[in-house]
Formats: sequence, structure tokens, C-alpha cells
Amino acid sequence: MDGMSGNAWLPLMVVASALLPGLIIFGLPEEKVRLRTVLNLTGAFAKIIFTGWMLWGVYHGYQYEIRVAFLPGLDLALRADSLSLLFIALSSVLWLLTTVYAIGYLEGSPHRSRFFGFFSLCVTSTSGVAMSGNLITFLVFYELLTLVTYPLVVHRGTEAARRAGQIYLTYTISGGALLLFGVIWLYSITGTLEFSPQGILYDLDTAYYPALIAIFALLIAGLGVKAALVPLHGWLPEAMVAPAPVSALLHAVAVVKAGAFGIARVVYDIYGIDFAAELGVTGPLAALAAITILYGSLRALAQDNLKRRLAFSTVSQVSYITLGVAIVGPLATIGGVVHLVHQGLMKITLFFCAGNLAETLGIHKVREMNGVGRRMPWTMAAFTLGAFGMIGVPPVAGFISKWYLGLGALESGENWVIPVLIGSSLLNAAYFLPVLHRAWFRDPPDSWPVTRDTVRDLGDKETAWALLLPPVITALLALFAGLLASAWFSPLEWVQLIAQRAFHHP
Amino acid sequence: MLIGLLNIDWGVITIMLPLAGGIACVLWPAMSKPAGLISVTGVVLAIAGLGWRIMENGTYRHAVGGWGAPLGIDLFADGLSLVMLIMTALVGLGISFYAKRFFSPCDAVRFWPIWLLLLAALNALFLSADIFNLYVALEMTGLAAVALTALTGRIDALGGAMRYLLATLLGSLAYLLGVVLLYHDAGSVDIATLAQRIEPNAAVWTALGLMSAGLALKTALFPLSFWLPPAHASAPAPVSALLSALVIKASFYILLRLWLELFGAFAEGVSMLLGLLGAAAILWGSLQALRQTRIKLLVAYSTVAQIGYLFLIYPLALVSNGMAASMAAYLAFSHALAKSAMFLAAGNLMQFGGHDRIADLDRAVQRLPLTVAAFALAGVSIMGLPPSSGFVGKWLLLDAAMSQGRWDLAVVMIIGGLLAAGYIFKVLGYAFTQAEVPHDARAVPAEMEWAALLLAIGAILLGFMAPQIFALIHPDLAVNASEAGTVWTA
Repeated sequence: MDGMSGNAWLPLMVVASALLPGLIIFGLPEEKVRLRTVLNLTGAFAKIIFTGWMLWGVYHGYQYEIRVAFLPGLDLALRADSLSLLFIALSSVLWLLTTVYAIGYLEGSPHRSRFFGFFSLCVTSTSGVAMSGNLITFLVFYELLTLVTYPLVVHRGTEAARRAGQIYLTYTISGGALLLFGVIWLYSITGTLEFSPQGILYDLDTAYYPALIAIFALLIAGLGVKAALVPLHGWLPEAMVAPAPVSALLHAVAVVKAGAFGIARVVYDIYGIDFAAELGVTGPLAALAAITILYGSLRALAQDNLKRRLAFSTVSQVSYITLGVAIVGPLATIGGVVHLVHQGLMKITLFFCAGNLAETLGIHKVREMNGVGRRMPWTMAAFTLGAFGMIGVPPVAGFISKWYLGLGALESGENWVIPVLIGSSLLNAAYFLPVLHRAWFRDPPDSWPVTRDTVRDLGDKETAWALLLPPVITALLALFAGLLASAWFSPLEWVQLIAQRAFHHP
Repeated sequence: MLIGLLNIDWGVITIMLPLAGGIACVLWPAMSKPAGLISVTGVVLAIAGLGWRIMENGTYRHAVGGWGAPLGIDLFADGLSLVMLIMTALVGLGISFYAKRFFSPCDAVRFWPIWLLLLAALNALFLSADIFNLYVALEMTGLAAVALTALTGRIDALGGAMRYLLATLLGSLAYLLGVVLLYHDAGSVDIATLAQRIEPNAAVWTALGLMSAGLALKTALFPLSFWLPPAHASAPAPVSALLSALVIKASFYILLRLWLELFGAFAEGVSMLLGLLGAAAILWGSLQALRQTRIKLLVAYSTVAQIGYLFLIYPLALVSNGMAASMAAYLAFSHALAKSAMFLAAGNLMQFGGHDRIADLDRAVQRLPLTVAAFALAGVSIMGLPPSSGFVGKWLLLDAAMSQGRWDLAVVMIIGGLLAAGYIFKVLGYAFTQAEVPHDARAVPAEMEWAALLLAIGAILLGFMAPQIFALIHPDLAVNASEAGTVWTA
């Protein structure tokens, strides 16, 4: 069922909309600020338009696909289906906002051409990950993502950044190697790596089952590094040394999501959820996700550095996606997959706000946040919405995710998940509410810890517009994604379409 | 007109043109740069013509002076030779443009004639169809390479060159003894004739042993790689690039030819041994590279490791799946592009900082971005990460290993990739940071930066051209992208 001729190029256009501006930006001299901004924004808007076009098409049952011969028996294939579009839509909206934010954040700082070049390549790889039509294409873009995020992590060029970069690579490249090993082993058994709605393994002989379980472990280990599953999460708090827009991108859109998205692809489109359950691999995966959820929250409690606290919160929250994927049933699927979007909106808000505090007032630690709500009310209002979402307070988006996860667990008879969800919500509250209490109800100090010379003079404004608007918008999006969850344009509605297509095979 | 062009003996031109250019350089030293660049560019065009002819008419065979085999000298080129020739021409072109700016006038006068002689010898080697011609071309290649290594006359370069000379002479001698034995046994040096005549007897086995050992020594297969790091690291950067990218491929190519046409059928045990040595080379070379504190030695040890991958073809592809020629050509091409880019980038870093200490790279990423980009892109291919030709090559080897149950080799390849990532990113990490003592930097000419970068981009782009390269070597393979995945049918 192909669309009109020419439509096959749409997936390619989405990739190109980030790739081409990125490549041009590498060649731009540092002082061409305006041209660089125009290129960045043109690319981001073009991507939104192409994505909107494909959303319309996929909703009406079209498929967009383009493929080219790559290896013996394997193609590079880009395909837009409902799951990939969810990820693409998230990344295109957040790319636009993060670009605006990064332009404001990096104003006047050196090496911006390099930064925005790799930033665009990062979005390119994320688009490729989202639209991969088979596991080999996924692998190519997944590894590319590792490579192009490295210069962003070490962007500041300090010794600490170099060390963080080494740690980041040690984890991600080792994970990539495990993934490659799993993929090639799988390929030697199946002879195909195409994503398909019921998986590609269900008619294999039972003699292969032990091998398939081992391959599943390899694939999940490889993907689990980026998805920050315990004990493979160690790189994530270290990567906090990067500039705030990078942290926002790594945590909300690109890297951790690529991992979680990959887990969803492997479970649904390679193994097939029913076959995976029959094989007995979903239970351990759910258990691992639950452990990660609790562990991440516990570690977050003890962090005084705000960005590190948020990082451990990411470790915990991303695993909701994995948990939803690993529980067999349409409702849990909805809860997990929709969290891909919800967590993205909420976490990027929090990181934007943390960046604003650091840039405007020099605040990096939780204990420095006393009374900051009075000095930066809009920023802290956005932060509060994001934090409430993470805790799962209705009607913010996070509540919807947790609600469906809980319902899904009960539906599938996995009652043990309920205490995990409740425990995690309590822990979320325990590490976010004290922050909010400090910000809103304590008295501000006599002076803010403005130490860095990068902190600019803003007069009596809260902060620069480019820094303030993105978190306010993402916070509102997170609110409305929950409030209007039953509207036809909400992420939840789209995810119900995905679940319908995954569980009701024609 | 077009038909006339098609019938030109392009193969002869690829040998005669650089020879003539080399003689011109000796006669008119002041003209060596233009003479050299014109010759190399001419060789690229001639190889394009040869490729066109092979695609139109199939395998190319030319009897020099009208005397055919077994009496006269035959030039012969099939898809495998063609890919090796393309590799030599393109990499040679990139290195030539680099060398144009790299050498002082005094060194340039010595560099160009020897390099052109080397180019003629390499082309002759890839166009030879008999084992004696191969010997002659191999000897010329080796001697020219040694002369290039000693070019600057510095003491460490002379030491490296001396070791290299001994290794290369010993290797050729062993090979020549094998040629004599085969000629005595089967009465011919023509490979096609030998293929019909030889049977596994004591003389043939001895020849096999001598030739394999000699060629393995010249290719620097572990543990016969002792001569390579000092020679490749001490030579001037363009020479290191030539040695690592092209010269070791010459002896590798001869060994592969012998195996494909003569020995492969009965020497399975030796294939396994070569594969084991290859696996050891990957581990040992990568670990040594990881320990280095200087870039050029690091890159040289990386070559030792990468040669190991080439030898994994023997157990994995030669016996079973009939893809040995295309996989070998592809891997060799990929490595040639990436490794030449890496050595050229290392040369830029040396010129820029006056040293090649890794920990002292001092923000090279900002001050020399094109060079660091070249090193990084080449590095992506060397560590076998996508999207790059190195990834495709590694995938092909891994695929062969898994489908034959060779877990040991698959694990070695995966570990080799991790170690490679370790040593590449060790360099890149320090390129971002500031050195404790900042240095004054010397400017690097733009051409030298671009030559390295374009070769590295070539290594990446080759990753998307595997179907085309394979089709050159196996014209009978049909390649179509289809719903179910690419169909490659014989």
C-alpha cells in the first residue's frame, strides 16, 4: 500500500532536513550568527512540515518507504509507520525548541559552528533510528548517534569533559559491540532483519530457542546502555558535564530514547510480543525495568547537584517505557509507548529550567535554590509542572502514562507492578517536592551564587527570551498532553492507534 | 572514435606512463612536481579506460610484443586486479597532492622519481598473470619502498629502512625459491597453466610454504610484523601512507592470487593457520596501538592489526563461499583509504605541533579541524563502526564467521573493534583539550588538510558502494533492492 509517487522520498527528506543544514553549518565561520540561525530554524521547520505530512498519510493508512542495496541480502530501509512517527514527531518539535534554546544559551560562546553541526547530525541520526525499516538500518543510525554525540559531550574541551567523554564512549561503544554481535547472530539464524508487525521469529524451530534467548539478552544489553538500564546506566550522570541543551537532547530526545525505542522495536517487530512472551524473555526484562525504576529514584534522592538529580531521575523514568513494552498487553503498551513522548516533554522542561538557573543565577545545587521561585517565577512554574508530571500528579502527562501502565499490569495479571509504581511515585515526590519547597517557600539569599563570567547582565528581566520560552512551551505541552489526552490530536490517541495495529493483526 | 578508445591498451599505459614520468623527473629535477602529478593523473585516467574496457569486453589480456604466454609476457586484468588498480590510483592521487606541499624542494627531487617507479611497479604487479613477473614487480616495489623510507636520511629512518630492507629481501628470496620449485615441477610460470598442472606433492608443498612465508613476511602478518612499526612510523608522512595503504597490499594480493588459483583447493590446513595468525595480529596489534604515546607509532600498530582482518578471509571465505576475491579487494580498498588518510592527518599534526605526542595535541580540533575530521572519519572506518567501509567489511567477515560457526574469530573481531575504538578515541579526546604547556603552532597548507580529509571521506563513502565493488569482481551477481531485501543471485 504505497502512497502517490514521490512520497517515498518523504522519509529521506526528514533525514535531509537536519543533515544538510548540519553539513553547511560545519563550513560556516564562527561570526555568521544570522545565517547559522536561519539554517537551523529552516531545517527544524522543514522537518516539522514533512513530519506533519507523513502523520496525515500514516493516519490514513499510507506507508512511506525507501530502500537501497547495502550488503548482500540486506538493504538500508527508511520507513515511516505509526511507531516511528511518534518518535519523529517528538524529535521534530523538541528539536525546534532545543535549537531556539541552544541559540540563546550559547550566545557569544566559542565553537558554535561545530556545536550546531553535530547537533544537527544528532537529530539526523535520531530521525534515522526512528524510521529504520530493519535492524541493520537501525544499527547504522544507532552507532552514528554514538559518534555524533561524543563531540557534544566533550564540547567544553576541559579535562573533566574529556574524561566524561571517555566514560560515555566506553559504555556506548561496548554496548554497540554487544548489539552488533546479537544482530549478526540473529541474522545467521533468520537470514532477514526486516521489522515486521508479528516479528520474524515465530515460525522458527524450537531448537533455536536457547540461541534466541541469548540473542535477546545481547540485544537488550546493547540497547540497555543507551536506555540506561541498571547496571548499564553509569555513563548518564557523568555526561552531565555537557552544556545544558546537550543534556536536554541526550535525556529527552536522542540517546536514551534511541535505546528505549530500540527495545520496543526488538520486542514488537523482531521477536513479536506474543513470541517474546512464549520464549519467557519479557518477564526478566520487566523485572530489570522495575529494578531500574526504583534504583534510579533512590539514587536521585541523594544528589545535591541539580543536573545529577535530574540524570538519575531520567534513569528511572525511561525505564517506564521499557516496563510498558515488557508487560504483555495492549494497555501496558499504551502506557509505555506514550511515555516516550510524555517523559520527553517533561524531562526536557526540567533540563531547560536547570540550564536557566545555571546561566542566569549560577545555581547548580539544590541547596542554592532557596526562594528562586520569586526571582524566576516563569522558569520555576515550568519546572513545577515538569516535576508534578514526573511524580504523576493528574492532569499532567506523567499521570496518564502511570495510569495506563497500572491498568495494563492488572489486565495482564502482573500485580507486582502496582507497588513498584506506587513506590516510584513516592520516591519521585520525595526528591522533587523538597526542591519545589525550597524554591517557592524559603527566603531567597542575599545574593545569588553568580560565579561564572558567562552569566550575563539581564537587567531586571527573568532571563533571555530564547531561554525562557522553550521550557514554558514544553511545560504547557506536557500539561495539555495530559489534560487533553482524549482529544484526537493527543499523543495518547496516536499510541492507541499503534497498540491497535500491534495487537489486532488483520 | 569511441571504439578506438576502447581498444587502446590501457594496461600498458598504466605501467609506461609513470616510468616515463620517473625518468623525466631524473632528467629534469626542476620539473619533478608537475611531471609527477601529470603522470599520476594520467594513470587514474588510464585505469578508468581499462575499467571501461573490462566492463565492455570482460577480462583484459595483452601479450606484450605480440608473444603470448607461455613464451612472452602477458598483461592480465580481471575484476580483482581492476579494484586493486583503482585503489592504487585513487589513493596514490590523494597522496601525490599531499606530497606536492609536504616535501622541501631538496626531498621532492628524490621523492617523485622513486614514487613514480613504485607506482609503475605496483601497476605491473596487479597486471601480472605469471608468478615470475609477479616476482619482478614485487622486488621493484620492495626496493622502491625501502628507498622512500630512507628518503630523509634521518638516523631513525635509516634504522627502520635497514630492517625493512632485510625483511623485504628475505621475503622476495623465499618467494623466488617457490617460483623456481613450481617451475621445475610443472614447467610453467603462467598461473593459468600452473593451475591445470600442479598436484599436491612434496615440491609443491615446499613451494607453498616458502611463498606463503615470504609473502606473509612482506605483508607483515604477525608475528612477522616486527619490521613494520619502525619503518612505517619513521618514514615521512606521505611515504608512511604509501607503505601502509598500498605496498603491503602488493604482497597480500600475490598471496591471495596464489591461493585463489593454485593452493586454495588443497591447503585448507594452512588457510586455518593463516586465519589464526590473523586473529593474533588483530589482538596484538590493537593492544600495542593502545599502548603507544605517539600518533605515528599508534597508526603503524593499527596497520598490524588491520592486516589481521585481511588474513581472516583465508579460513572464512576462501574455502566456502566463493566471495574471497571480492571481500579481500573490498577490505584492502577500505583499509587503504582509511589508513592513508590517517597517516596524512598524523603528518599534518606533526607539522602543526612539531611533534606527535598524543597527550599534547592541544586543541587541535579547533585549530586544525579538517585534519582532526580526517583522522576521526578514517578512525570510524578503522574501528568498523557504521556508516563506513570498515563496518561493511567487518560485517561481511562476521557474517561468514557466524554462518560457519567460527565463534572464536567473531569474538576476536568484536574485541578488535573495541580496542580500535580505544586507541582512536584516545587521540580524539586529547585533540579537544588544552595541553599543559601551550605550543606555538605552524600553519599547515590547506591542500594537505584536504588530501587527508578527502581520502577519509572516500573510506566512508565506499561503505555505500559494496554492491558496486562486488559487481565489478563478480559481474554475474545481480543486485536488486526488493521488498524482501536485496537479492544477490549468481
